[in-house]
Amino acid sequence: MRVGILALQGGVYEHAYMLKQVVDKRETSIDVVFVKRPSQLRGLDAIIIPGGESTTIGVVAEHTGLLGELREAIEDGLPVMGVCAGAILLAKSVRDRRVGETKQPLLGLMNIEVVRNYYGRQRESFEIDVEIPAVGKGPFRAVFIRAPAITKTWGEAEPLARLDEAIIMARQGNMLATTFHPELTSDTRIHEYFLYEVARK
Amino acid sequence: MTGGVPSYSYLSSSVRLYEVGFSNIVDFFYRLAEAADRLREEGDWFLYGPEKLPERITIPERGTLRVKYGFPVFQKGGVCMDVTNTEQASIAEDAGAASVMVLDKLPYDVRVQGGVARMADVKVIQAVMDTVTIPVMAKVRIGHYYEALILQTIGVDMIDESEVLTPVDEKHHINKWLFRIPFVNGARSLGEALRRITEGAAMIRTKGEAGTGNVAEAVRHMKAIMQEIWSLRSMTPEERVRKAREYGVPYQLVELTARLGRLPVVNFAAGGIATPADAALMMWLGADGVFVGSGIFKSKDPAERARAIVLATSMWDDPETVAEAQAMISEQKSMMGIDIKRLKPEELLQVRGE
Repeated sequence: MRVGILALQGGVYEHAYMLKQVVDKRETSIDVVFVKRPSQLRGLDAIIIPGGESTTIGVVAEHTGLLGELREAIEDGLPVMGVCAGAILLAKSVRDRRVGETKQPLLGLMNIEVVRNYYGRQRESFEIDVEIPAVGKGPFRAVFIRAPAITKTWGEAEPLARLDEAIIMARQGNMLATTFHPELTSDTRIHEYFLYEVARK
Repeated sequence: MTGGVPSYSYLSSSVRLYEVGFSNIVDFFYRLAEAADRLREEGDWFLYGPEKLPERITIPERGTLRVKYGFPVFQKGGVCMDVTNTEQASIAEDAGAASVMVLDKLPYDVRVQGGVARMADVKVIQAVMDTVTIPVMAKVRIGHYYEALILQTIGVDMIDESEVLTPVDEKHHINKWLFRIPFVNGARSLGEALRRITEGAAMIRTKGEAGTGNVAEAVRHMKAIMQEIWSLRSMTPEERVRKAREYGVPYQLVELTARLGRLPVVNFAAGGIATPADAALMMWLGADGVFVGSGIFKSKDPAERARAIVLATSMWDDPETVAEAQAMISEQKSMMGIDIKRLKPEELLQVRGE
């Protein structure tokens, strides 16, 4: 399996470490590709858009032409997991809790409405154990760093987990979005769900 | 990785990959503090080390280690830009900055004007926080607990305990374990970096020589830190024990650093970065990202330069994009810069707070 990680900015190598853990656990093999240029999208079986600053990732990806090509690849069925900033980039509708409308470049593919900095600032960043039925029983340690929230889904998009009123994980066909950071834990279940349930051929 | 740029060293090609996972690094610091936890149960609170976390978390836990060390992870590959007002902050955000650092005066002006340099106006910091969606950092004087407490109270995302401001304590840094928001500290050697981590810093940056527009000192500090880490890897355990004593840090932290082949926290470059090429150079030497101080808003082309430095930092291993970024700026418009050899010893900022 060839798995890309969008490597323009943010928590890239933490996902590479998680994929290594999945390889050890499942006794399988995964080729990890750090994607920076459009040509590196060729031959991928799945791609992860990591957390970071969605404005930075969007600005750089737009400049190099990667944003448009990635959008086309996902529309053609490339399985994608967007984490935090990745979820923001995937969303069709984005606004900031305090600043309001943002004019940042997006992929704009998923039928979700995302509110940036939903919980507040870094001071309000938190971790909590949540239940995510889609990845199996047992609590999952969800880490929220200046996290966004999914406030609405429509059409084929369906919520997979909630924390109070906010949706924290959602799926729409080949696209998976989480507002928290599974790569900051030692729990590989969400990465496995992505690779073997969402990206399964 | 993409081809096109040979590695600085075979050791630096893997400096961003982790042999020990983020979660295990977090657990390591909790374990290291177990003795402190015992004493804390007896009511002693001014201790060095993180507070213990419950096994199961049912109501949100804020200010935990995972959250404090996690914040800088999402700055990696990005640029934090020094700004002094909301207009500059908006220019930085539009250019793709990963965060902004609010100051009263840019480091270059601190140098030129002299006097005591203190933390920025609270009102200016708050105005910037209301203007941009990206994280907002601010600087406090070394050892100034109350400037830090004020910044935590108004909700700044990260605090830089910085040698650019005038230190209030020449001997001690802030005990950063007492705060719920993460700190970044400067360092010019491995011992200094590990001492700051022992005090609770969640991120390290090279000191360089701020406000000079001369990247030479940042290069020196980054190479020094990397080379000291690589030499740890080839040492025997007993030599590493001696090193830990020399640095004045726990032996286990030296072991972890040797095992990782890099600092256990995010490590940025700072001090004198003025052009896209400077930023890419620091990334090539192994920095996780860069801080740009006077380099952008002391130039005559701040908006283009900000965008160009963001591109070069993210795409540092792609020579065509770096060349394109460098072409976006004009050397005629770069800040003039100061030759470090012309500075008197007492004018050096990097020697503040070892």
